[in-house]
Amino acid sequence: MKVLVPVKRVVDYNVKVRVAADGSGVETQGVKMSMNPFDEIAVEEAVRLREKGAAKEVVVVTVGAQAAQDVLRTAMAMGADRAILVRTDDTLEPRAVANVLKAIATREEAGLICMGKQAIDDDMNATGQILAAKLGWPQGTFASAVTVADGRIEVAREIDGGTEVVSLTLPAVVTADLRLNEPRYASLPNIMKARKKPLETVEIDSLGVDTASRLTVVSVAEPAERKEGVKVNSAAELVEKLKTEAKVI
Amino acid sequence: MTALVLVEVENGAVRQASRSAVAAASRFGAVDAIVFGDGAQAAAALPGVTRVLSVPGLVNDLAEPAADLLAARAKDYSHIVAAASATGKNILPRLAGLLDVQPIPDVVEIKDADTFVRPIYAGNALATVRSADSIKVLTIRGSNFDPVAAEGGSAAVETVEAPASEKSVFVKVELSASDRPELESARVVISGGKGLKDAANFKLLEPIADKLNAAIGASRAAVDSGFAPNEMQVGQTGKIVAPELYIAVGLSGAIQHLAGMKDSRVIVAINTDPEAPIFKVADYGIVGDLFEVLPTLEKAL
Repeated sequence: MKVLVPVKRVVDYNVKVRVAADGSGVETQGVKMSMNPFDEIAVEEAVRLREKGAAKEVVVVTVGAQAAQDVLRTAMAMGADRAILVRTDDTLEPRAVANVLKAIATREEAGLICMGKQAIDDDMNATGQILAAKLGWPQGTFASAVTVADGRIEVAREIDGGTEVVSLTLPAVVTADLRLNEPRYASLPNIMKARKKPLETVEIDSLGVDTASRLTVVSVAEPAERKEGVKVNSAAELVEKLKTEAKVI
Repeated sequence: MTALVLVEVENGAVRQASRSAVAAASRFGAVDAIVFGDGAQAAAALPGVTRVLSVPGLVNDLAEPAADLLAARAKDYSHIVAAASATGKNILPRLAGLLDVQPIPDVVEIKDADTFVRPIYAGNALATVRSADSIKVLTIRGSNFDPVAAEGGSAAVETVEAPASEKSVFVKVELSASDRPELESARVVISGGKGLKDAANFKLLEPIADKLNAAIGASRAAVDSGFAPNEMQVGQTGKIVAPELYIAVGLSGAIQHLAGMKDSRVIVAINTDPEAPIFKVADYGIVGDLFEVLPTLEKAL
């Protein structure tokens, strides 16, 4: 079975983003970029499936500019076998990304797509589900554990009150939640090795898929700031203020 | 224009987040509700709902048959809406995929029938987006819309056959048993972080939660350290809460945690580090050792 792992290059999770002065988006110039943390978990899970013998090959794919190559190299340093960069300078919505990924998954004859549940830039939490729908595959979203056996995949899912387990036919789409695993660090020898692994570039137009945007960003603004409050000296004083000043208890 | 709202019913009652979704959808015009499994009567009692599509055969919220069913009904609606809950986030984007529309998740404000505000970058920015799709697929942040009442309406109920699910089978569900209010609808939330040092110390929050009828939450660091189960996580990657009172105990206030609670009306922080970012958003702060502060707080309440 071939596992396809879509990854995204995003503003690093430690960066405090700033809204651009013209309200068109957030500042990304000179900002540290990394692989989306949920996607790292997805790469790790795919590599573990191969190490366990449940998968034969792990292929990572990203949709983005030339610079997005660095997250593909990171994924290969973690153990992915090869990579595909679908090159575009446009920012694509999840629907458009799903169209691209469907084309790649079909070409690669992927048996499983394992991806992060959400990108930490647009926080959409949608691409995996849209892709599953477009492929006509079942989906196991917000996965905290997966087991592949007898042509099916069992997925433990994080739900509001606890955990749910579903069993899906393969091929399927799984989206990774935080507790699925702890991604490994890429060792220096593996980083060196990853430089020699194959990285194919595909021009997005050559796929012939609809990548138009359906949403127009009218504006991007800073959220209202909370005012810093006061320090109190004791629990008794706190309770007093909550009763008389905030009137909340 | 008519909106269709996926209404979640739990133990015979409509979840508060779904009542908020109904309130939000009412802005677009008439509202129909769809209920999977039992619970159509609870949805029919919601004020503002004119018709309930009851799907008793679809008991486990499986995304595949649920999205198929919604897609088959979609042409009658201008907006298809759900709470931004685990269920809503599982099913609605799949529906959007079937309809070939771009979903709009986590809506915090409705500007007009086509224009919505949603947080991006863990709530560090708010994007206003206009949709060109003829059917809008939205999930609603419950904390930003006052819920409709649980009773007062009397909608007609129409039973709908559930489509088969061949590719996806429900195996089991494990819900954590708790007598406490739900995190997302509790009036008071008390959350613990890594400062509690281990899982056993999380129990220190319980007597205070009992006195305030509060839900108990946890930071991602506390969940990652195994102090608390994931369903207690508050933050960008967990639950989004906006209670009247939020008490943060022994947690620093990482960006991703703040994203899940900074819309609370009153925030209290208890932390040994006076520079902890949580104090920047707290209305009241106590700099001190939580193991000393918690017992005195319990007594003072």
